[in-house]
Amino acid sequence: MRDGAVAVVGDKDSVLAFKAIGLDVFPVEGDIQARETVHTLARSYSVIFVTEKVAIAAETYIKRYKARAYPVIVPIPSAEGSLHLGLDGINANVEKAIGANVLADNKED
Amino acid sequence: MAKLNVNPTRMELRRLKTRLKTATRGHKLLKDKSDEMIRRFMLYVRENKRLREEVEGELQSALGSFMLARAVSSDAVIEEAISLPATKVKLNVSSQNVMSVEVPVFEIIESDKSELYPYSFASVTSELDGAVASLSQLLPKLLKLAEVEKTCNMLADEIERNRRRVNALEYVMIPQLEETIKYITMKLDENERGTITRLMKVKSMLQAQAED
Repeated sequence: MRDGAVAVVGDKDSVLAFKAIGLDVFPVEGDIQARETVHTLARSYSVIFVTEKVAIAAETYIKRYKARAYPVIVPIPSAEGSLHLGLDGINANVEKAIGANVLADNKED
Repeated sequence: MAKLNVNPTRMELRRLKTRLKTATRGHKLLKDKSDEMIRRFMLYVRENKRLREEVEGELQSALGSFMLARAVSSDAVIEEAISLPATKVKLNVSSQNVMSVEVPVFEIIESDKSELYPYSFASVTSELDGAVASLSQLLPKLLKLAEVEKTCNMLADEIERNRRRVNALEYVMIPQLEETIKYITMKLDENERGTITRLMKVKSMLQAQAED
């Protein structure tokens, strides 16, 4: 059983702040390091927050864990701003499940 | 529609009829499951969207104020200040069954919350205090988002898989079985008619012989 630890992976500017509130942070530079870090962390951590850049870099690994309950890998916006990866993911889920994006029309009202 | 490759016998017919009954019942059950899963999924996905929007906004402002704090003080000071966090986030992880999908559930194990700031207030500016405070307030929401988003992901996958099953039953299995059953029934009827005519023919031949 994995322990209930929470990790944050991303560029240094974005993740350092999480260290202050007691999460385990792993600053990474470059796509390759990001991929490897996510890969190793996925075995021991139950929740991993990754910045959107890392999420894109490590997409293949993240996809592998999508069907399982743990680890939970969640993209978060970095200090530089959001790429809307999270919302895109939600819309993709809706489209996959329902067949059409039914949430899109709710946005206007 | 292709029929199954079976011998047209009564035994086969009976076997196929049972299979058709099972397939029809399975199809109905899976369809009901699909409906319920979609209903639950919609609830989760709405919450997911709401949480996502909230978290992204709040996180951005928290990280923004953290950046500001870093700009005000030197890198070394900031890193020294937060390199030894006063709290440690621990979770109680378990899983919950939502429509036969194992989804994660976690709750934060309350750590000693007496000291949130791991540094002395003299060394750093108040921007850092604000950033740390808002981040730690955001943490429960972040974790909730993680939970809900994972649930959505898994439910969406399961809904898709379930739909494939329903379609396979509805458009392949059931028509195939029906077709085959029809084929066997017709074949059996044909055989029976063949037997009757043969018997009638034999009878009339015997009658003709007796009259001679």
